[in-house]
Amino acid sequence: MFSFENVKYKNILNIENLHIEKNKVTCIVGESGSGKTTLLKLFNKLISPDSGIIKYMDKYMKEVDSVELRREVVMLPQSPAIYEGTVKENLLIGLKFSEKKDVVDDNNLKEILKEVNLNKELDEDAEKISGGEQQRLALGRIILLDPNVYLLDEPSSALDEETEHLVIEKMVEHVRKTNKTLIMVTHTKRIAEEFGDNIIEVKKGKILYQGGIANE
Amino acid sequence: MNSIIELSIMQVGAAYIFSLIVLIIVKVRGISREKEIIVSTIRMTLQLIFTGYVLVYIFENMNPWITVLVILAMELFAIQNIYKRTKGELSKKMKTIIAGSMAAGTLVSLIFFLFIVIKISPWYNPRYFIPIAGMLIGNSMTGISLGVDRLVDGMKSKKHMVESSLMLGATPKIASKEIVDNAFDSAILPTINSMVGMGIVFLPGMMTGQILSGTSPVTAIEYQIAIMMGILGSVSLTVILFVQLGYRTFFNSEDQLILDDE
Repeated sequence: MFSFENVKYKNILNIENLHIEKNKVTCIVGESGSGKTTLLKLFNKLISPDSGIIKYMDKYMKEVDSVELRREVVMLPQSPAIYEGTVKENLLIGLKFSEKKDVVDDNNLKEILKEVNLNKELDEDAEKISGGEQQRLALGRIILLDPNVYLLDEPSSALDEETEHLVIEKMVEHVRKTNKTLIMVTHTKRIAEEFGDNIIEVKKGKILYQGGIANE
Repeated sequence: MNSIIELSIMQVGAAYIFSLIVLIIVKVRGISREKEIIVSTIRMTLQLIFTGYVLVYIFENMNPWITVLVILAMELFAIQNIYKRTKGELSKKMKTIIAGSMAAGTLVSLIFFLFIVIKISPWYNPRYFIPIAGMLIGNSMTGISLGVDRLVDGMKSKKHMVESSLMLGATPKIASKEIVDNAFDSAILPTINSMVGMGIVFLPGMMTGQILSGTSPVTAIEYQIAIMMGILGSVSLTVILFVQLGYRTFFNSEDQLILDDE
């Protein structure tokens, strides 16, 4: 789905070779400051490499329209933005931004809240819920967009261990059920080993390891 | 109608008493502002005397070139002033956009105002052209300065929000809409506020001047209403041009946020 060849980005990344498979769950692990988030931003063209070639579905990334791409390859940042308004408005804002005309009723939205394990009413003030809840709300927002590829940057960093496991389990289940691709940065190796089909280990901007789970 | 009381040099001199009073106050209270008060009083005096004689010359020697030259000088001065007034460095692209918006916005409003509303004759009549251009350009300058500050500030402080919106598939236009709208709003707010207080809280300068020089208050009001509409139009046009073009300087051709601090 994605391939990298001699990709360099500032002094942060230097990747000789990288492949991401379609319809798989790929986990990116590595110490903080190793370039994981920067790597993730290359997949949706939020940044472009200084040199090297990135391909998405066999098309040169350079020739792909950035906005169109970001509507197919949606990213959830580590601390996602919560917009002024209710939970419902925050869920729907992604559809508005990406100019999708999907009709979504309240029942769909409630389903999504259940999916991300968020026990809140649709008319609650989104800015008043906790950090962990906001993270799950933002996750729900991108599920609603139904993208081809999910890019998640530590989607569970603000959650306790139990909720983290539950949310990621549901997310992975959703991705597999709908035949989508998931690329997820995670600080917990345990999560990567449990849910990832493939693991990429980044160290100081270089790929240390890529492939299947070693102990599988 | 009473004609205006001509002021003698002595009478004008007596007005300097006020400046002297302020000087005494700051001296007694130990507020070290004497230098600024003296400098500003002298500057104001010299600048006005200079402008007065220049205007007398221009009015007596009506010439389209002189009028055009004066307007150009005013525009350049205003643009330079905006660059100086904004906090932080402005990019070259941003400076071009500011200059372009100022020139286009004020000139379009000015031409409409002079040739369609007031219908001046000859077209370069400096008695109308120069003071009205001054009011439109001056107010647009204040408006755009506010707009620049708010736009740059907003793009910096809400960078995270803008980037998050891009990640959700928003175009740069959609992602920065809130910031752009805010910048526009705060730029035209002073003009709107001054319209609200006008005539009750204060009498605007132009109207006061006309009344003092013997014009009927009714005529003065007609002019004031027209000029306020002109100012509102000029400020809005200038600022909307600026924000619509200005936000794009924060994105590159790949619709990526330009991050200068990374």
